[in-house]
Amino acid sequence: MIEIEALTKDYLELTVVDHVSLTVADGEIAVIVGTSGSGKTTLLRMINRLIEPTSGTVKIDGQYTRAVPAFELRRRIGYAIQGHGLFPHRTVGQNIATVPTLLGWDKGRIAARVDELLELFQLPPAEFRDRMPSELSGGQQQRVGVARALAAEPKLLLMDEPFGALDPIIRAKAQSDLLAIQKRFGTTIVLVTHDMEEAIHLGSRIAVMDKGKLLQYAPPDEIIARPATPFVAELIGTGERPFRLLSLVKVRDLVEPGPAQGEPISADASLRDAYAECLWTGREMLPVVDDDGASIGRIRRDDIAHRAERPQ
Amino acid sequence: MTDAAIAVPTRSFAVDKLGLLIAALAAIAAFLPFAAFRANRIVLGESKGLLAALPSWEAAILAVLLAAGIAIALLRTPTLWRLGTSLVVLALLFVAIGHAGTFLTPPGDKIARVSPGGGFWLLVFAFALLAADAIARLKLTPWTRIGVLAAVALFFAVLLGSGTLNDLSILREYANRGDTFWREAQTHLALALGSLAAATVAGIPIGVLCQRSDAWRAPVLNVLNAIQTIPSIALFGLLIAPLAWVAANIPGASAVGISGIGAAPAMVALFAYSLLPVVANTVVGLDGVPPAANDAAKGMGMTDWQRLTTVEFPLAFPVILTGIRIVLVQNIGLATIAALIGGGGFGVFVFQGVGQTAMDLVLLGAVPTVALAFAAAVVLDAIVEMVSPKDTRRD
Amino acid sequence: MKPGLIIRLVVLALLVAFIVTPTSFAWVFQPLTKNSQPAIYVQNSLLNLTLSHLTIVAIATIASTLLAVGLAILVTRPFGAEFLPLSRSLANIGQTFPPVAVLALAVPVLGFGTAPTLVALFLYGLLPIFENALTGLTTLPPAVTEAARGVGMTDRQRLLGVELPLATPVILAGIRLSVVISVATATIGSTVAASTLGEVIIAGLLSNNIAFIAQGGLVVGVMAVLIYDALSALERVLMARTGQRRLRS
Repeated sequence: MIEIEALTKDYLELTVVDHVSLTVADGEIAVIVGTSGSGKTTLLRMINRLIEPTSGTVKIDGQYTRAVPAFELRRRIGYAIQGHGLFPHRTVGQNIATVPTLLGWDKGRIAARVDELLELFQLPPAEFRDRMPSELSGGQQQRVGVARALAAEPKLLLMDEPFGALDPIIRAKAQSDLLAIQKRFGTTIVLVTHDMEEAIHLGSRIAVMDKGKLLQYAPPDEIIARPATPFVAELIGTGERPFRLLSLVKVRDLVEPGPAQGEPISADASLRDAYAECLWTGREMLPVVDDDGASIGRIRRDDIAHRAERPQ
Repeated sequence: MTDAAIAVPTRSFAVDKLGLLIAALAAIAAFLPFAAFRANRIVLGESKGLLAALPSWEAAILAVLLAAGIAIALLRTPTLWRLGTSLVVLALLFVAIGHAGTFLTPPGDKIARVSPGGGFWLLVFAFALLAADAIARLKLTPWTRIGVLAAVALFFAVLLGSGTLNDLSILREYANRGDTFWREAQTHLALALGSLAAATVAGIPIGVLCQRSDAWRAPVLNVLNAIQTIPSIALFGLLIAPLAWVAANIPGASAVGISGIGAAPAMVALFAYSLLPVVANTVVGLDGVPPAANDAAKGMGMTDWQRLTTVEFPLAFPVILTGIRIVLVQNIGLATIAALIGGGGFGVFVFQGVGQTAMDLVLLGAVPTVALAFAAAVVLDAIVEMVSPKDTRRD
Repeated sequence: MKPGLIIRLVVLALLVAFIVTPTSFAWVFQPLTKNSQPAIYVQNSLLNLTLSHLTIVAIATIASTLLAVGLAILVTRPFGAEFLPLSRSLANIGQTFPPVAVLALAVPVLGFGTAPTLVALFLYGLLPIFENALTGLTTLPPAVTEAARGVGMTDRQRLLGVELPLATPVILAGIRLSVVISVATATIGSTVAASTLGEVIIAGLLSNNIAFIAQGGLVVGVMAVLIYDALSALERVLMARTGQRRLRS
């Protein structure tokens, strides 16, 4: 658990982060979203003390971050950034092994961990372990960057616009990979982005920041339904609200028994995808299938539309 | 637990680190001779400390002012103060060394020599450091930098013109060969600037050619690179043979001044050295033209020539000018070597001085060379900055 | 093997052969002589002069590399940061001093012989190495240095494990510049009685013997080009090793 208490950063006269307090529970993904200059990156970097706060405190699992030397603190916390920051003079394997090596793990354990992570990120170890970062594609570099951050099995992972440099298709893949890995290790994640779509997709809670202040910190549906300030509403986009709400719910949650015509939709698709499919093919209802292709019922367009209304 | 106090950077330490260095240098200088007195040009010198080298009241004033200068350097004072202080102290030091010359030379003695000692040079170095630091921190505009340079040059012109320094050994050497000095100065400048002009006229078209044609690029740049690595003295020497042959076998060549020994091989060698920076910077400058600008120019229907003259060349100009700056500074230094093959220039005094173990004569050649190279660098750096687009300036 | 490498090896072999037995090449230089001048310089062994030349350059370069890299590390740490602007402009100003002037000015302090040459080469060699080391240490990719802090490396680990290895190719380029200047300036060192290959050239200039000038010039020139090439090749290997693209065209 991370407890941030009245955290503040001043640069001379300018207050970049202004008395921000928030708590991230274990296993949560907290996404900090805001425009550039909102202080979101500064807030993130104060958690692992890459920036020292002017005032305020951070506690991780009950321990003040000040109580340990900064470099020891950072070795316990995974850190992934935009543009990956891989060491260009070290192989992929050496890059991933960075923190375990700093922590003095034995060689066998490090090698096993490197291979495990490469497998996990669909980079066959035999092929990728000894390559240089410059020999990888952008998407592969980004995956190695995240793998390096996870190498020492941190309970907490900080990510600063990790997918910012990727094209939309690779980004979508990277996002679903991250969700899968988070589920598997139960890692607590704090992620910074300027993209509200990404925040809603990934976050179990979203912190909206503007001009150094925390405007709202709530689960995505609440942020969409009840934006705390006009700025938050603007960031969500008024025209986007119903669709963002739909994107949070899976088809499985609204499925009803009965037949329907035409191409089926997966039970794991979002209501937004199902609604788009209804509109595009001019159908009132869609058949719904499970992972293995077995039919489990249907979903109705009107029901979906109903779910897009503002919650009371 | 409140952490507010810990995170505030501690700046209570008010002593300047550079000031400490300057104070240390000045302390060492106090133990070194301020000036050296020799009964004639080649006997061993007699060291004179600051107090012995000047009339006592003058020495006292200088010591007090030096102490004040060091104090200003030691404390965290405003940068402009530091610049002013350093320039004032430097000016005083030069006036004082002139006075020391007059004070130490017995009246009417024409062969006694007084030269600045290690202490003087170390003090000059220390306060020049302070000035350089202040100038670097002030981030002066190009015109201001040229202005400071002009003011310094004017100061030395007045100081030299007033005769204050006339009793120093280096000026004794000058007095003995005033005419030669200015003639060699002319030769030196003619060598440095002439070869630069020729290299610019030849090098820019070669650079354009290399940038456009891959077939020329690698061979030309490699050959020019190899020429640059040949030691100057060797290249100067190696050119003697072919030029002597030209002088002997081409009718009229010797009539226009071409000969194996003298200025001709020196000029050719300097030209050869100058080509690489000009050609390479032309290539790099043209390579650096944004492809979008070139595409747009093509899209608007410009011919190759129009594109070169109106788009590419203006954009590449600052980089090409940087190449010219490198050449000029390099040539002013290299022209010294010309003296070894009878080509003249300030090197004449340097090598004569070395031959006669007369260090004052070495200085007579070396000091103007260094001053010229330094002034050329300052002026051309300023011009490069003026013609560079603002966003690519270094901060 | 590439043709370029073969040519270089042949040139190196010829150079070594000439240095070891210069008299067997007398026929090459004979046409350059007049009035039955000697074709080959024999007052001093060419091998000894070459070794002494290279030793002076090597000692000066090693000393200036150690000091320059040390200083560059110092001024890029928080402790020495106050000196960064000054040291940048000093490196810039210093390089406007002609090497010959540095050499000539070292003589009054150190007298004649090898010492002033060694000191002049050392002092002048500092500047390109220092400037490149500064460039190398201050222009590291920000994402990489950021990541190095982020994974919890100590200052020392960052310097030795990330910053210096990444800056090495740029530092090496500075060393290459410095060596080439030193090989040339060492030649001029003969005018102040240092024992270098310049002795052969100066002897030729004094006795108007073009054969001497040519052999001295060729040995020094070929040596400089070979050293330059070897160091460039080493730089390319390091660049590739550190996964960086070459900066120069």
